[in-house]
Amino acid sequence: MLSPAILLAAVLNGLMTGAVYALVALGLTLIYGVLHIINFAHGALLTAAMFAAFFAHKLLGLDPYIAVVFVAPLFFLLGYGLQRFIIGPAAHGEDRNILLVTLGLAVVIENALLYAFRADTRTINLPYAFDVVEVGPAFLALPRIVAFVLAFAVALGLWLMMRWTDTGKAIRAVAKEKLGAELAGIEVAHIYAVTFGLGTACVAIAACLLIPSYYVNPHAGNAFVLIAFTIVVLGGMGSVAGALIGGLFVGVVESLSGYYLGESLGQISIFVMFILVLLFRPSGLFGERA
Amino acid sequence: MSRQFLPVSRRRFLQSTALGAAATVTGVLSAPAVLRAQGAPVKIGVLHPVSGALSYSGQQGRIGAVMAIDEINSAGGIKALGGAKIEPMLGDAQSTPEGGNAEVEKMNAASVAAIVGGYASSICLSASQTAARYDLPYIVDVGVVDSIVTRGLKNTFRFGPGFGVIAKTALDNLVTLNDQAGKPAKTVMIVHEDSAFGSGLAKLLNTQLPERGFEILETIPHPTPTRDFNNVVLKIKAQNPDLVIPANYYNEYVLLARTMQQQRVRPKGIYSVLGGAASSYKFVKEFPEAAQYIMDCNHWFDPKNPKALALKKKVEEKNEFYTYEVYMNYSCVLLLADAIERAAAADRAKIIAALEGSTFAGHVMPYGPTRFVNGQNQGAAPVNTQVLSNDIQVIFPASFASAKPVFPMPRA
Repeated sequence: MLSPAILLAAVLNGLMTGAVYALVALGLTLIYGVLHIINFAHGALLTAAMFAAFFAHKLLGLDPYIAVVFVAPLFFLLGYGLQRFIIGPAAHGEDRNILLVTLGLAVVIENALLYAFRADTRTINLPYAFDVVEVGPAFLALPRIVAFVLAFAVALGLWLMMRWTDTGKAIRAVAKEKLGAELAGIEVAHIYAVTFGLGTACVAIAACLLIPSYYVNPHAGNAFVLIAFTIVVLGGMGSVAGALIGGLFVGVVESLSGYYLGESLGQISIFVMFILVLLFRPSGLFGERA
Repeated sequence: MSRQFLPVSRRRFLQSTALGAAATVTGVLSAPAVLRAQGAPVKIGVLHPVSGALSYSGQQGRIGAVMAIDEINSAGGIKALGGAKIEPMLGDAQSTPEGGNAEVEKMNAASVAAIVGGYASSICLSASQTAARYDLPYIVDVGVVDSIVTRGLKNTFRFGPGFGVIAKTALDNLVTLNDQAGKPAKTVMIVHEDSAFGSGLAKLLNTQLPERGFEILETIPHPTPTRDFNNVVLKIKAQNPDLVIPANYYNEYVLLARTMQQQRVRPKGIYSVLGGAASSYKFVKEFPEAAQYIMDCNHWFDPKNPKALALKKKVEEKNEFYTYEVYMNYSCVLLLADAIERAAAADRAKIIAALEGSTFAGHVMPYGPTRFVNGQNQGAAPVNTQVLSNDIQVIFPASFASAKPVFPMPRA
């Protein structure tokens, strides 16, 4: 059972899956880091983006990897609009209101999708979906390798943006000290919306990377969001590097425990980890001390 | 100004309400006679989980039931009731037993003559129990758990086969298949989802297969939903079994089959029992290569029945897939309409009596003669199917077969 070939294959698989988890978590952690809310609509937005990628392929014949160029900006605007015109105004400055608004949004989006597209499970069949790359003894599916590389690129891009651009600096300023940022002339409502938009765009990219090897139905996004929450807590709320490393780590843990404990029991290890992190390092691996 | 919205005096008001109440009472009392003469519609409850986790199956089931009702109505309704039309009352069980119960209560309050549907075993179990309190006839469309018909409920009828019959048929046919091919398969791996359906089946296979000369290398459970099957497939690859038996729902089934194709794992056969996607036109259409040669023991229509083929055409013209939920519900509604016809009344007790004595043959299923014992149709049986060149063919039993099985699957 413990053959190194299988072990290597399982670890590689975990890394591939983990990269996509990381991308979903990246959006979540960004929104949490700045707005200090858990965005419950994250899963629903992921589902919506998967539908967008699906229909871009079905109706316009766009490859998901090309569609990402359109879907990501579209979802940035959607996220921006949601925060600026719905979540922000409806919150009246109270965090728990935001929580409920995002929860409400999730219900609305999911049911709107259910109404529009029914519960039908949809998949797209791409010519390269079954192409594999042999890495030693392991066969790695091409879409998963693409997802891995792109997820890294997005994380790097996001990190650079946060570090060097004015918008990135403004986001960090708002996250650290809202009032101070406002006094320095930063428009907080705008930065909030930009952050929400960026988080939503991350989810849209994840959706385009997922759709070649996964399926979409009105509940598909939820399967990823619980994991993303775990990753955000593990990596440290609000930390880009934490989300990436956390995502990869969770992917590998899930893969190995799935392999050695079975898929049913394997899920437990993720949540055991979640509880352990909360107990012993509540700020996460890369999080700042509260 | 302020007085103008009080045109009715208190006395006048009391008089009129009393009159109204009297009118209502007489109206209700005289209604049945009047309605009978006009061939008043017969209300039947059509209950499916059209929202929630099971919504796809529920929606497919509803399509089948409604198509049957439309056909009956356009062919002149229930003739024994003066051409009375059947009026469906559509209910959503919301994929939970409680949701199913609530709908049964509503349907009973709306005086339906009978209920068809339920889909999931858990919903069928509780909904039929609730209906039993009102002596309301309940026809189970799919729900395969055997306890549905062993509780002694007089109102509950299942037209399709139960789990015990399906599992036995599946095992018998597997042995036949293997023997005919010269016993190429000796080792088996089972991949099952970890709720009642998959686990129950895995347990049964674990006791039955060794008795029939198969060795089980490993049994792998997984949750629903499972995001990734690479690990499961790695395990299959490491053990290299002759047969893989998956028992899971549609999405997981498809992911598993796709991952197996991707990882180039090709056992001698993939054989499923009530496989989530194994005999689904949707799967075959979308992933013809992954689906090729997969065998299944499942509900299926009679491929030699022209009525079944006509229905298939009609469903496909509506751009829907011809899934088992469709033709099973279609058949159940026809069964019920036949009973109402023979009962010559929308009376619940009379319909139950008519169902008990039913020998209905106008359905589209590959079943033996209809005969109900304790609510279970004794003629009901599953068939074995195999995906062969982008179509799904019946391979067992011989009387309904449309193709010869291809086993072991050819090496590509």
